[in-house]
Amino acid sequence: MSGPSEFKPSNPALQWIERRLPIMGLVHSSFVVYPTPRNLNYWWTFGAILSFMLGMQILTGVILAMHYTPHADLAFKSVELLVRDVNYGWLLRNMHACGASMFFFAVYVHMLRGLYYGSYKEPREVLWILGVIIYLLMMATGFMGYVLPWGQMSFWGATVITNLFSAIPYVGESIVTLLWGGFSVGNPTLNRFFSLHYLLPFLIAGVVVLHVWALHVAGQNNPDGVEPKTEKDTVPFTPHATIKDGFGVACFMLLYAWFIFYMPNYLGDADNYIPANPGVTPPHIVPEWYYLPFYAILRSIPNKLAGVIGMFSAIIILCFLPWLDAAKTKSSKYRPLAKQFFWIFVAVCILLGYLGAQPPEGIYVIAGRVLTFCYFAYFLIVLPLLSRIETPRPVPNSISEAILAKGGKAAASIAVVLVAAGALFLGTLQDARAEEGGTKPPGNKWSFAGPFGHYDRGALQRGLKVYKEVCSSCHGLSYIAFRNLADAGGPSYSVAQAAAFASDYKIKDGPNDAGDMFERPGRVADYFPSPFPNEQAARAANGGAAPPDLSLITKARSYGRGFPMFLVDFFSQYQEQGPDYVAAVLQGFEEKVPEGVTIPEGSYYNKYFPGHAIKMPKPLSDGQVTYDDGSPATVAQYAKDVTTFLMWTAEPHMEARKRMGFQVFIFLIIFAGLMYFTKKKVWASSH
Amino acid sequence: MNPDASTIAAGAPIEVDLSPVAEGQDIKVFWRGKPIYISHRTKKQIDEARAVPVASLPDPQTDEARVKAGHDQWLVVIGICTHLGCIPIAHEGNYDGFFCPCHGSQYDSSGRIRQGPAPANLPVPPYQFVSDTKIQIG
Repeated sequence: MSGPSEFKPSNPALQWIERRLPIMGLVHSSFVVYPTPRNLNYWWTFGAILSFMLGMQILTGVILAMHYTPHADLAFKSVELLVRDVNYGWLLRNMHACGASMFFFAVYVHMLRGLYYGSYKEPREVLWILGVIIYLLMMATGFMGYVLPWGQMSFWGATVITNLFSAIPYVGESIVTLLWGGFSVGNPTLNRFFSLHYLLPFLIAGVVVLHVWALHVAGQNNPDGVEPKTEKDTVPFTPHATIKDGFGVACFMLLYAWFIFYMPNYLGDADNYIPANPGVTPPHIVPEWYYLPFYAILRSIPNKLAGVIGMFSAIIILCFLPWLDAAKTKSSKYRPLAKQFFWIFVAVCILLGYLGAQPPEGIYVIAGRVLTFCYFAYFLIVLPLLSRIETPRPVPNSISEAILAKGGKAAASIAVVLVAAGALFLGTLQDARAEEGGTKPPGNKWSFAGPFGHYDRGALQRGLKVYKEVCSSCHGLSYIAFRNLADAGGPSYSVAQAAAFASDYKIKDGPNDAGDMFERPGRVADYFPSPFPNEQAARAANGGAAPPDLSLITKARSYGRGFPMFLVDFFSQYQEQGPDYVAAVLQGFEEKVPEGVTIPEGSYYNKYFPGHAIKMPKPLSDGQVTYDDGSPATVAQYAKDVTTFLMWTAEPHMEARKRMGFQVFIFLIIFAGLMYFTKKKVWASSH
Repeated sequence: MNPDASTIAAGAPIEVDLSPVAEGQDIKVFWRGKPIYISHRTKKQIDEARAVPVASLPDPQTDEARVKAGHDQWLVVIGICTHLGCIPIAHEGNYDGFFCPCHGSQYDSSGRIRQGPAPANLPVPPYQFVSDTKIQIG
């Protein structure tokens, strides 16, 4: 993209094409001989990482769209069935959902790198602004993608975000109606969001092409912020940058794989495993972590319109950065004051992210206002002022001089630093979830915990018995088919046993030739029948509280781990909040209500239930279910078994996921190692 | 991209029978996909709503202007927080009215904003009394 290429293919057929469409010359000049500064560090590999992530998201997204149904009544179910029944559907979904987080993580590193090294300065203003446009498009795409699974957070996130536009005077309401396609968020909204979510990534790809084009015209910035002058200052893109980027991508994939295979729900919200319900608002509506700093800015401004303006200007202000910061020295390496303020700014962003996840009350509101001020002050006061008063340190004359002065600092620990920084950054932004008056459930030793966890087959079979004899009278299990009982990684029944189990059930079918519905014995392809025909019937029969479907209950319930436990959880792979909570609730019933707690008529006291008043009477008592394998017939054992069973119903492919994760990690570590040594060899003469 | 004909047709007026709602109770019905709260207010709630000086409110409106004359005990409001569209919870908060769990807005027993980030009162949908115990919304 940087001028005519002298590339001449040797093969006559290729020459024939090249004369008519110089595409090989374009690739050759842009990605092979293209001169890249010799002193680039690993922060520059994030450009390649982002391209990789964009490709990954488009690829997985296109396949996911083949199995997804964009309809308000079917979307949630289609995502669940996709995960359960499509070959490697769980992998595709995890790659896409975690991929969005990774994409944003990488883009934040990329942006902060640009900020630190002054990559937005003359002559790279257009390059920078194109980047801001890509970021805006990414935010829109990410938001609409999060709506598609149509869980509670999807629905309420969509409601809150679309309502932002109603703050615009005069035309706001019509814009909101246009976004909704109705009188509230509903099926038309889901349809148009799906369409736009499919469209926008290709727009992003288009702007990325412009971004790379602008980059190759202006040339890359570098850590020293001096433009290359002689040939000694640059190295050809291939093999130098190619192999270095390859190593960077491999390291990044290690972090990505950690989420995909071991912590797929760490960054998500448990509430999104509850199907969307327009009549119930979740207690805390929290956007995905990558929007939290902006959400905090929105909430800390008490006026609605001003809040919305504040939030959008927090992003738009980036476009004006090249003119706000007029300092001649590009790199903060040579700007002692700018460097310090940069790190303060990073801390402000992370703290804003933390506040965005907290309930909007008391000290959090005040802290939010202070930090919002700091955020804008960095751009509007600090940077313009610094360019006037700061005396920068002398900049080296050329890149080669800067490299000689450096004396070969080793950057081998970059992978470790990246993983640690990533964990901290993502972890800090993870919200402390709702915990209103509930006691924290005690931890349990689960067979399925940890990187090599697998389901205890005995517990699964006993848990199924407990479900069938106790829970199933009120709770459905609608995403589980009888055939699943014979699936690998499940309770390990044979197909014949599953068929026998199914035939005990009466399944409604029809209409027959006479037009009547009839009942027949269950087959393996049937799903567990629900005890109530609809939610209203369930509600009416149970004193106003509908018993939730249990298929996903262990993933749809959680509790706040608090700081710093959620950071530890990232490394220890602890993600059993749901099972711990379910097991605790089953055992948390107490006859004696503690003083100061009033339980309404028709409710029961439960130590671990949020608010303590639960409509479900104590479901389990000792000796209620007979075990054939000699396990103790106690409430504690029942609770443990049925929770293990329900973890399997929520995550039937967990064993396959963890097993594949191990293989992927072995491969990636070896691959990254090979890349590293190849890179060392290629760069041996250039450092 | 405006609403299609079937969506508009589904938004036709609905009738609600008020006779089963006892004093101090409220019901939630859906109209145009929006929750509508119908509260049968107690004497205390009405008095509280009328005692507050109107000028002191963020969005000044008298309680009389928000209910139908002769049916002062019935408050009908769209249960969507005017801040960012969450559903407030009835009978919660410091003002005997509604409390929005999302960003902490509090409404009084007349559905008027009293505290929190919401800019306006809970809107009153178009409705009229068909008989003493029945209303038509829309």
